[in-house]
Amino acid sequence: MSKELWKGNEAIAEAAVRAGCKYFFGYPITPQNEISEYMASRLPEVGGCFLQAESEVASINMVYGASGAGARVMTSSSSPGISLMQEGISYIAAAELPCVVVNIVRGGPGLGGIQPAQSDYFQACKGGGHGDYKLVVLAPNSVQEAVDLVQEAFDIADLYRTPVLVLGDGMIGQMMEPVEFYPIPKRELPEKNWAADGTRGKRPPNIINSLYLKAEECEIENLRRYEKYAAIQKSEVKCETYNLENAEVVCVAYGMTSRVVSNAIDTLEKAGINAGLIRPVSLWPFPSGIIAEVAALPGVKAFLTVEMSMGQMVEDVRLAVSGKKPVHFYGRTGGMVPEVSAVVNEVKRITGEEI
Amino acid sequence: MKTVFEKTKGLTDKELHYCPGCTHGIIHRLIAEALEELDVLDVAAGIAPVGCAVFAYDYFNCDMYEAAHGRAPAVATGIKRTTPDLVTFTYQGDGDLASIGAAEIVHAAGRGEKITTIFVNNAIYGMTGGQMAPTTLIGQKATTAPRGRDEEHTGMPLRMCEMLATIPKAVYVERVAMHDIKHIIQAKKAIKKAFQLQIEGKGFTFVEVLSTCPTNWGKTPVEALEWLERNMIPYFPIGNFRTVEEGK
Ligand SMILES: Cc1ncc(C[n+]2csc(CCOP(=O)(O)OP(=O)(O)O)c2C)c(N)n1
Ligand code: SF4
Repeated sequence: MSKELWKGNEAIAEAAVRAGCKYFFGYPITPQNEISEYMASRLPEVGGCFLQAESEVASINMVYGASGAGARVMTSSSSPGISLMQEGISYIAAAELPCVVVNIVRGGPGLGGIQPAQSDYFQACKGGGHGDYKLVVLAPNSVQEAVDLVQEAFDIADLYRTPVLVLGDGMIGQMMEPVEFYPIPKRELPEKNWAADGTRGKRPPNIINSLYLKAEECEIENLRRYEKYAAIQKSEVKCETYNLENAEVVCVAYGMTSRVVSNAIDTLEKAGINAGLIRPVSLWPFPSGIIAEVAALPGVKAFLTVEMSMGQMVEDVRLAVSGKKPVHFYGRTGGMVPEVSAVVNEVKRITGEEI
Repeated sequence: MKTVFEKTKGLTDKELHYCPGCTHGIIHRLIAEALEELDVLDVAAGIAPVGCAVFAYDYFNCDMYEAAHGRAPAVATGIKRTTPDLVTFTYQGDGDLASIGAAEIVHAAGRGEKITTIFVNNAIYGMTGGQMAPTTLIGQKATTAPRGRDEEHTGMPLRMCEMLATIPKAVYVERVAMHDIKHIIQAKKAIKKAFQLQIEGKGFTFVEVLSTCPTNWGKTPVEALEWLERNMIPYFPIGNFRTVEEGK
């Protein structure tokens, strides 16, 4: 198949359908409405079901039921809606139900705005809901990568019986880019013999549950789930690097911001300044190992984390760098996007260059 | 020897945890018997609430789900939309359904989800220790209404059957009570009818069951049954509020 121009949100929806997702429950919110709208017309064509829920609270609980019955299912929303889903996401993580949640992030807090932002990093990677749990969080930086990651997200969800969050931003959702839909490498997936889809005279009842009133039992469940998270940390880290050779300043940026930063790196190179980029693609598991290795390189003088937030991922970068080198931060917030010239100037400031 | 009584196959052998005299257990048995008699236990899915009936998932002998507080109708929607042949029911208390889950129940009914909701109204929050519910009667004492529910301060108890009966896709809405044998038999009929209509694909079906909470009402089991009859039935009249047999 050749490349076609696709709008990010619609491409994400089509990718889900190609991954075998037949069920979608969601509530309207800008800037991700095209995902629901696309699903509303597309899912009936594949014998699936799109349903507009009464709220995000309801949509995530519909996902709970659908996934519990063994279906491939997805919901999407933007920041305030994802906040409303947090109780349900915590239940889904605890009951170990596979599903994909897409957050096309907008500026916050509160009602915030509808422009792109990355200020839901903490919510995505540090719990968000109550209790000890993790989400796999994938952050594409192009429409093509969004298409690839959404498809892979369903397999990761099924393989580990875990919710997977695809974290985009208003820009990824709204822009058009050339896309090719090709089959992603198949993973060997376990049978869903835990699904509560009717005993049908073949097995004892299955129960989808997250309640363990005895503290000992609840602890055992959490420890067991954390073994699974350890396996995910071992096998599912995704990260890209750019221009790290000879880099004096190493930038760390994800999603759309990483494209601004790589442009800045090219500009700096022309001015004779060596900067490189580490781009986490999986935000959880976070590529701490790679960052730590780079921090130990003698040529690296400093790190610069660039985000569309007041500084959230930078905390994980600091943990990974672990004091070996200074970690600087540059961010725009509330829906503002960092400019290439601003990132260039930040790097120059760090290297002591004239601006 | 001739068998004259057998425990329904619809319940597991797990010992119920309910307080002595609580009518939750009877309601469980009626649902289980109805599912067994309709021969749908192996294609049934139940959703337990957050409330005293939270462990219902251990008691019903079919596939079960534990939902977040109030969200059972949304969970049931997800199940039914992906697996339409499952006979799906929610079991919910008055805090779960009429307070925190008010939106979910209204919209499940509005969409005409082909599920059955059994709504256990005991006019109080049992599990958390006797706080005021949206169905607590005027003057009834609760730990968060220590002088009795005050109409000026907290309004009037919600009548869920009457509200849901205004929804076109709610094809069966009935209120029953647990205070004596005659009414228990009537309740069984209503529950079975609701499941029957669901199986026929008619639409959303709802049975409200007036139930006792001797522990938090501060009454003996017998006093509780009398209190239900004297105080709850006058405000929550029993009977059928809606039956649309041919609705599709
Ligand atoms: C989000 C959330 N809020 C509050 C609670 C605490 N809680 C547990 S049960 C319950 C009330 C249950 O009362 P009801 O639905 O009337 O059922 P009953 O126990 O009387 O059968 C509450 C408020 C909770 N588990 N989750
Ligand atoms: S607290 Fe009330 S509703 Fe709960 S089990 Fe005891 S009597 Fe029943």
